[in-house]
Amino acid sequence: MTIYYTEDHEWIRLEGDVATVGITKYAAEQLGDVVFVEVPETGADFGQGDDMAVVESVKAASDVYAPIAGDVVEGNEALADAPETVNEDPEGSGWFCKLKVKNTAELDKLMDAAAYQSFCEGL
Amino acid sequence: MTETESTTLKQTALHALHVGAGARMVPFAGYDMPVQFAGVKEEHLWTRSAAGLFDVSHMGPCVLSLKASPLTGDAAHAAIAAKIEQLVPSDIASLKPGQARLTVLLTPEGGIYDDLIITRPQADTDQGKLYVVVNGAVKEQDFALFSDSFGETVDLQRLDSSHVLIALQGPEAEAVLSTHYPSASELKFMRSELTLDAAHIQAVSRCGYTGEDGFELLLPQAEGVALCEKLLSDPRVKPIGLGARDSLRLEAGLCLYGQDMDTTRTPVEADLAWVIQKSRRARADFPGAATILAALEAGPAQKRVGIQPLERAPARPGTVIEAEGTEIGVITSGGFGPSVDRPIAMGYVRADLAKPGTPIQLMIRGKARPAEVCALPFVDANYKR
Repeated sequence: MTIYYTEDHEWIRLEGDVATVGITKYAAEQLGDVVFVEVPETGADFGQGDDMAVVESVKAASDVYAPIAGDVVEGNEALADAPETVNEDPEGSGWFCKLKVKNTAELDKLMDAAAYQSFCEGL
Repeated sequence: MTETESTTLKQTALHALHVGAGARMVPFAGYDMPVQFAGVKEEHLWTRSAAGLFDVSHMGPCVLSLKASPLTGDAAHAAIAAKIEQLVPSDIASLKPGQARLTVLLTPEGGIYDDLIITRPQADTDQGKLYVVVNGAVKEQDFALFSDSFGETVDLQRLDSSHVLIALQGPEAEAVLSTHYPSASELKFMRSELTLDAAHIQAVSRCGYTGEDGFELLLPQAEGVALCEKLLSDPRVKPIGLGARDSLRLEAGLCLYGQDMDTTRTPVEADLAWVIQKSRRARADFPGAATILAALEAGPAQKRVGIQPLERAPARPGTVIEAEGTEIGVITSGGFGPSVDRPIAMGYVRADLAKPGTPIQLMIRGKARPAEVCALPFVDANYKR
């Protein structure tokens, strides 16, 4: 099971043809206290790079992009009542949604953990 | 940001202190300023429960003084007040020594160039001078307006590159500050202790922008930096960034210039008619007086109100407000209030829909979200009157 990362600080974990998507620890720290998350509805479909979700801190709203094309099979409804989960466990229970992946070749454009780490160090 | 951009940003005298305290710095009003230290929410709650230290040296403190005037005492104050009253609708002449007043700089049409605080010094020898603090983002425009309006009759002494301006806010502010300035505890809300000697200018004012009791201090740079170092070594004090400054003032129902008021809004629309004292209404001698007095008489077309989103989605500035499918206004400030633990906002709505409790809808990312008009502030003020 491999985890991929985007330059927009999303992570994506593929299991079979379903990918779980969230924002990275780096992104969560940059945002600060998350107070609201709008996750996509089941059935919504996205192309790679489309606006997929919104995460809001005290100060500002940020878009979360689809790291890969797919149809939403589940949004993380628990974030509605507990948006702080994104700060507490961004790469675990703070996931945003699960996508049924359309084209795994798109994953080739993304970074692995080591590449993402050096990307963040360069910021 | 490119390097050229970052090198043109100014730094306050407290810049190194911010960086040393681990601040995240952002460009703001032409300065490299701390947006957060420990985190917006934590800093916000700390200010409401202990004492928060804010660097507001990007703002525009200055002293206006009569030039070559034989006048002294009350006559000198009346003369300088008459000058500034050409630009603002507040009664400055009636200020008592040591009293401060919030007012607005008006456009010829009755719009708002800026909001500012004007303070009358208490010393006999300082009459004929006013201590004025304008907003950082528009200070060049404001100072130019002063110079153009007063010409050779008034001296404008800018203090923004010689002094630091800091705010200490919160329930512990008085106890903390009185260990350094024992007289601070004797000041009441909107009262100041000014020293305006040519050799040494300083101001200690009991005011702020958080809804909490607290102080703003203007000090020569070296002295200001030394005081901040002492204050930050006090366990009751933590440094607070611009992020929490914004959420604190929004909970307190206070306006941010450029968002909640601007040249297109009169003080009546902005619900700031209280800055226009009776004497000025009677004289009707301020810029845009005809427009403003007509709006006072007939009521404005729109009015600034508090807005309570009824769901968890915050409404950001620019969000369109609707009622029964019709656009009736716009959000000008909005976010999350850490003390009230829910989203909060303010904005302008059609005056007939400005009553607290009026149901409205906020158009957030294409979806109508329920909200209602509400009274301001969202948290009770703790001013020491």
